[in-house]
Amino acid sequence: MKKFYEQLTDKQPWNGLFMGNHAVARAMLEAGVKVITSYPGSPTPEIAEALNSVPQEMRDYHFEWATNEKVATEIAFGSSINGNLSTVFFKSVGLNVASDSFVQLGLMNLTGGLVIILGDDPGANSSQNEQDNRHFARMSYIPVMEPATPAEAYQMFLEAAKLSKQHQMPIILRLTTHVCHAKELIKFGSVGESKGFRADFDAKNGPYLPITRAVFPLKKKAMEKLDLLKKVSEKSPFNKIYSPFGSGDINGKKLGIISSSMPALSIMENLDKAGKSVDLLQINFSYPMPEEMISDYLKGRDEVLIIEELDRIMEYEIKSLAFDRNIKCRILTRGTHEEIMGELTSERTWDILSGHWPQVFEINIDPVHEPFANPRIAQMCPGCGHRSAFHAIKQALPEGTITVGDIGCHSLGFFEPYNMGEMLLSMGHSNGTAAGLTIGNERRKVLAFIGDSTFFHAGLPAIINAVLYDHDFTLVVMENNTTAMTGHQPHAGTGEIGEKISIDKVLESFGVKFIRRIDTYQQKKLAEYIKESLDHKGFSVVIASHPCMLKFMKQQRRKEGFVQKHVEIDQNKCERHLTCIEKFGCPSFKKNDDGSITVNEDLCIGDGSCRPTCPVSAIDFKKEAE
Amino acid sequence: MKDLNIYMCGVGGQGIGLLAEVLLRACHKAGYDVKGVDTHGLAQRGGTVISHLRIGKKIHTPLIPSGKANIVIALERLEAARAASEMLAEGGKVIYYDAEYQTIGNRLGKFKYPTHEELENTANAKKGEAVRVFEEDLADPRMQNIVLIKKIIELEWISGVDIEKVSEALVELMQGKMLEKNLNLLKV
Ligand SMILES: Cc1ncc(C[n+]2csc(CCOP(=O)(O)OP(=O)(O)O)c2C)c(N)n1
Ligand code: SF4
Ligand code: SF4
Repeated sequence: MKKFYEQLTDKQPWNGLFMGNHAVARAMLEAGVKVITSYPGSPTPEIAEALNSVPQEMRDYHFEWATNEKVATEIAFGSSINGNLSTVFFKSVGLNVASDSFVQLGLMNLTGGLVIILGDDPGANSSQNEQDNRHFARMSYIPVMEPATPAEAYQMFLEAAKLSKQHQMPIILRLTTHVCHAKELIKFGSVGESKGFRADFDAKNGPYLPITRAVFPLKKKAMEKLDLLKKVSEKSPFNKIYSPFGSGDINGKKLGIISSSMPALSIMENLDKAGKSVDLLQINFSYPMPEEMISDYLKGRDEVLIIEELDRIMEYEIKSLAFDRNIKCRILTRGTHEEIMGELTSERTWDILSGHWPQVFEINIDPVHEPFANPRIAQMCPGCGHRSAFHAIKQALPEGTITVGDIGCHSLGFFEPYNMGEMLLSMGHSNGTAAGLTIGNERRKVLAFIGDSTFFHAGLPAIINAVLYDHDFTLVVMENNTTAMTGHQPHAGTGEIGEKISIDKVLESFGVKFIRRIDTYQQKKLAEYIKESLDHKGFSVVIASHPCMLKFMKQQRRKEGFVQKHVEIDQNKCERHLTCIEKFGCPSFKKNDDGSITVNEDLCIGDGSCRPTCPVSAIDFKKEAE
Repeated sequence: MKDLNIYMCGVGGQGIGLLAEVLLRACHKAGYDVKGVDTHGLAQRGGTVISHLRIGKKIHTPLIPSGKANIVIALERLEAARAASEMLAEGGKVIYYDAEYQTIGNRLGKFKYPTHEELENTANAKKGEAVRVFEEDLADPRMQNIVLIKKIIELEWISGVDIEKVSEALVELMQGKMLEKNLNLLKV
């Protein structure tokens, strides 16, 4: 049996069960992509996992975790205009960070080609919104392909790379969460001989400088390239009709559906189930829209229902097409706000279909499966240093303190029992937001959190601003030496890429006057520092540090002779103060029916950070583990 | 065989990912057309982890519709109860490893942690059944998923998925001591 990376790099064609993200990584190798960049974020980090599984000496591509999505995009741009086929990938909201450079890409002659992979997240499974990045494509004149399955993601990447090179333009491959993570059997092709990196930049291939009136010829060219691509989407095999029972008359009407990517799969299931002669036009090469194909489809039907996931984009474009061409077909659409939200699963699309055509799709009479009222909210891991920090900080805050959250594992501090970090916009927002909360505010203290990956990603400009104006708040850097939430990727401060960049030194060089550093397990000292820093007039920083324990424990368990330690609760000492479960809240504690507290040894990692929280010192290391 | 929807769930860190990958591969080896998808979200941080596995010739989406799971495999009792109530189909079967991972709501007394009887009642109300699995003195909690798979093989819930196919899948997915331990566990 071949190792994963051996499969991934196999020169020969083969068939394998692969996840969408891994399939796309394979496609990169087959397409001969030379430079790949990213910043971590769900749902795409497994693309990097695949690329990084290949030993350095076997790679003929360069992969790089950039400081943020904008930098990642710029690196991919730079390598593309040097003649290298390049790819950048990141999550949906990553495009907001990248956008200042991203919106220019369509204007540029990308000689090597550039594929942008966007991981959109309908349903907000792991994101702070469910923004629909098809909007961005339109404002930037960049084509969009939207695969429905892992196999199609693989094939579409190859097609996108080919078209991008051929027309020297960027192309977006828009993946959604469950396309990224779906698994199926995929037929892979071969990997060609390595071509080597190029350094062919020539300003004559441009112009590359869009200033004032120079913008117009570039914009014109971008639109002309889109016209060319429209011809491709008209003929694309990715746009096709699914017609399991033909397309006949139903009560004197011919009915059709237009959809794209994964929701189209839901509709296919429903068409199979309904068994009636309604068909589906699936538009997966979606922008520029294949107007002729869609016109023909509309003309051949009396009623067409458009079902797309998230915003009304295809819907408006198809309606205006029908208006311009005076097509008589009746166009139906989703109705409620609810239908603009979340993933369009097969049961939800059935309801949309039956809402319009109950004679074809019977109103759902299945019993409703009520959501189970016993929620499991994500929590920080057993032993997490962030928990110790929240526990200590909470006790140090004066009444009325406003706490500003940021993005990372420590966002979970908002949930019970800590309830800290009370608002959130985006990565790195906390310092700006905190500054705003201090203005004209003599009455309430303000405290902001930020993770260490985020510190480098988007934190610095607002920190500089806070130093300049000496805004009166305290920043707590929740340092854990990794980008934890997205799966432990390295960042500038971890020392895994180049030499570690010290957060302390960065802050000192900015001129921050109050800086304290402390391990979060030292809860008493941390609480003292927080009090001191809040008393300090002006901007202050406490670096609350502890390595991510999930990552640490994974490394420990791999070691020879590793023995798992635990803590135990001395039932004779325990007076049922319940601080451990009600205030500290490590998930390893178990409350029994008789009211006693015990430790779930499947979960406890024996780090002991809970020990100081017990007022009667009933928690201690379990003896046998010595 | 007719189409089969297998819904797997547990708590982040319990090894649902491996369980799902092993079953996906074993089903493929048994000659089925398979589609699967993991839905993790913030799962790594102690949230619910779910994986869908669908077997059949005419399956398009990898996501199992709610109330259409023929088999629920859970690594934890509360998650088993949740899946039985939200996902289990009429006449479906639940098998779960009886680990108890309380939620914060359970510990604070806001929600009651479900009992086996409650879980059984939910399954019975759908004319289904619930099977509890627990192994006293299991050396490593990370092997609970293999204990479950072994029981599923014994019960022959997925015809054609046997010790041999599961072992082959394990060999593809892991190595060293952990592989050895898991293979041994399957055989005894
Ligand atoms: C613009 C943007 N890019 C990426 C993400 C995905 N993301 C969510 S949490 C997170 C990790 C942040 O790491 P860090 O600040 O170190 O906090 P930790 O999770 O380690 O506590 C990332 C990258 C995002 N939400 N927004
Ligand atoms: S992954 Fe690391 S930082 Fe995140 S909650 Fe777990 S221990 Fe804490
Ligand atoms: S020692 Fe165990 S119970 Fe205590 S904080 Fe760590 S994991 Fe939780």
